[in-house]
Amino acid sequence: MSQLRPERQDVVIEACGLTMKYGSNLIQSNLHFQICKGEVFVIMGGSGCGKSTLLKHMIGLYQPADGEILFGGQSYFTASQEQQQDMRRRWGVTYQGGALFSDKTLAENVALPLEQYTTLTNQDIRDMVHYKLALVGLAGFEEFYPSQISGGMCKRAGLARAIALDPDILFFDEPSAGLDPLSARRLDDLILQLRDSTGATVVIVTHELASIFAIGSNGIYLDANTKTQLDTGSPQTMLNHSKHQLVREFLSRGEYGDE
Amino acid sequence: MKQATLVFDTAANTVSTPNVMVTLQGNWTVDGTLPALDQLSGLQEYGQLTTVTFVASDDFSWDSRLLAWLMACQRMFESSRCQFDLSGLPEDVDDLFRLANTVPPNKALPEKHTSLVQSMINRVARLGDEAMELLAFTGELALTLFRWFSRKGSARWSDILSFCHQSGPSALPIITLQSVLIGMILAYLGMVQLRQFGAEVYVSNLVGVGMVREMGALMAAVIMSGRTGAAYAAQLGTMQVNEEIDALTTLGIKPMDYLVLPRTLALIMTIPMLCLYSNILGMFGGGLVATSMDVTWTMYLYQLRDAITFGDIMTGIFKSFVFAVLIAMAGCRAGLACGRSSAAVGQATTNAVVTAIIYLVVADAGLNILFYHLGI
Repeated sequence: MSQLRPERQDVVIEACGLTMKYGSNLIQSNLHFQICKGEVFVIMGGSGCGKSTLLKHMIGLYQPADGEILFGGQSYFTASQEQQQDMRRRWGVTYQGGALFSDKTLAENVALPLEQYTTLTNQDIRDMVHYKLALVGLAGFEEFYPSQISGGMCKRAGLARAIALDPDILFFDEPSAGLDPLSARRLDDLILQLRDSTGATVVIVTHELASIFAIGSNGIYLDANTKTQLDTGSPQTMLNHSKHQLVREFLSRGEYGDE
Repeated sequence: MKQATLVFDTAANTVSTPNVMVTLQGNWTVDGTLPALDQLSGLQEYGQLTTVTFVASDDFSWDSRLLAWLMACQRMFESSRCQFDLSGLPEDVDDLFRLANTVPPNKALPEKHTSLVQSMINRVARLGDEAMELLAFTGELALTLFRWFSRKGSARWSDILSFCHQSGPSALPIITLQSVLIGMILAYLGMVQLRQFGAEVYVSNLVGVGMVREMGALMAAVIMSGRTGAAYAAQLGTMQVNEEIDALTTLGIKPMDYLVLPRTLALIMTIPMLCLYSNILGMFGGGLVATSMDVTWTMYLYQLRDAITFGDIMTGIFKSFVFAVLIAMAGCRAGLACGRSSAAVGQATTNAVVTAIIYLVVADAGLNILFYHLGI
C-alpha cells in the first residue's frame, strides 16, 4: 500500500492482492498487508465487512478467489500435504463461541491437539492440560463439559486448546466479545504475555476499542462499502493520522470524525 | 540437545534458611523426556524446606512442557508450606507461572455422569414424570390442532406445504422399493403355505388384506419415523441449541403453533397418501410373485377385488392417521426437549426414532384389538 513501512526482516504473513468471494458475491478485494513476527495484528472494520472471512482465509478454511496469502513465502494452498500439516500445527485458532467439542470434557478438548501431534505420555498430557487450563484461569475445571460452564469460560477453554501446542501464530475471532470488562482485560494481558514469552504472532479480529489500543501494534481496516482496505498501520497512528475519516471515526467512536 | 536433568544443590540448606537449589539442564520441551517427579520427593528428607529455588543451566531450552512440569511439582508440594523461587529461570517462565496461578483452582466438582445401571434405574423412576409430560404434550398438541381446525390457529399454509413436500414426494422412492418387496415377501409366504391346500389363488387375500389393513400403514410409518421424525427432532434440537426456540417464545409465538403444528399437519396429510401408495405397490409386488407361480393376473386381480372391502382400506388409512400424529409427536417432543449441545441433538434424534417405533407398535396392537372387538 501507499503507506510507508520500514523494511522489516521477518514477515510471517503477507497478503498480496487478496480477493475474497462467496460464490459470486464479492467480500473484499485487493488486500495487501504484512504481518511481522511478534506483532499483534488487528483486523478491524464495521459489521459484515468480512473480518471473520479474512481470518478464515488466513487459516486455510476458504481459498482466495484471487491473490494469495503467504506464510514465510509459502502459500497454504500450493503447499504439499505434509507442509500443510506442519503449518496447521504451528497455528492456534480460537473461534467466536469457543467451538469446543461438546461431547468431550475441557481436559479432553485441550488434550486433543497434544494427542494428535505429540508423543507425550498420558500423564504428561494431563500435566500439560492442567497448566494450559490454569493459564486461562480454568484450573480445576478439567472434568467439566462445555455445557456445564459459562460462555466466557468456553471462550477461555477454546484459547487453552488453541495454545496447547505453543503455536507460532495465534488467530483470534472476537476474543473479548461476550466477556465482562475485567475478563476481557485479563484476556488481553494473557495474549500479550503469551506473545512476549513465546514470541508468537497474534492476529485478532475485534471490535473492542479498548483491546485494539491496548494490544494492537499493527492493523488493517476493512470497509464494507468500497470492499477493500482503507488503511493499515498501528491503531494509534491510524486514529491520529489516517487520511480516511471513516477510520478515524471508527477508532474514536465517532468523536474525531469531522475536521 | 541433552536430555532434561535435575541437579540438586543443598549447600544453602541450613536450619535458619531452609533452601534447596535445583538446577535444570538440557531439553525441557515437548520433544524431550522430563525427569520423573519422584526425584523431587527426595527433597522432603531435608527437613522443613521453605524454599525450592530453580535455576537454569547454560544449556537449557524450554516451552510449555517445563511449565506443565513445574505446575505438577507445585501440586506435589501442595501440602507442605514450600515456596517455589523461579527467579533463576528465564523471566518469561516466572511470568507464565505466576499467570497460571492467578486464579485459584476450582474446587467444585462437575455433575456426575451416572453409570449405565444407575441411569436405567433413574429412567424407570422417571417413567411417571415422563408419562405426565407426554400427556401434557399430547393435550397441548390436541388443543393446538383444535384451535387450528376452528380457524383460530396460526400455522401458515406455505410452511405446511413445504413440510409436505419434504416428507411426501421425496419419500416415494424408498416407499416404492419397500412396498414392492413387502408385497413379494407376503406372497411367497402365502404361496408356500396355501399350496398345501391347493388354494394358491387365496394369496390375493393374504397380500391384499395384509397390505391394506396392516403392512402398508405400518411400513410407511416406520420409514417416515426414520426419515421425517428424526429430521424433525434434529431441526428442533438444533433450534434449541441456537436459542431460536427461546427467541420464538419471547416474541410471543408458541413453538407449538409455529413449529410443531405445521409439521404435524404435514405428516397427517402425507402419511395416509403414502400408505395408499404403499398398499397399491404392495399388491403389485404380491402379484409379481403370484403370477410367476400358478396364478394368472386375471385370477389374482379378480380375487383381490373380492378380498378387500372398503372397510379394510379405511382401517389402514385410519391407522396411518394415528401413526402420523404419533410420529410427529415423538419427533417434535424429542426436539423440543433437546439439551444445549451437539451431542444432545444426536440423542434427541435417536430418542425420536426409538419412541416413534414404540408408539407405532403399541398403537397398532391396541387398534387391532379394538377393531377385532368392534368387528371392523
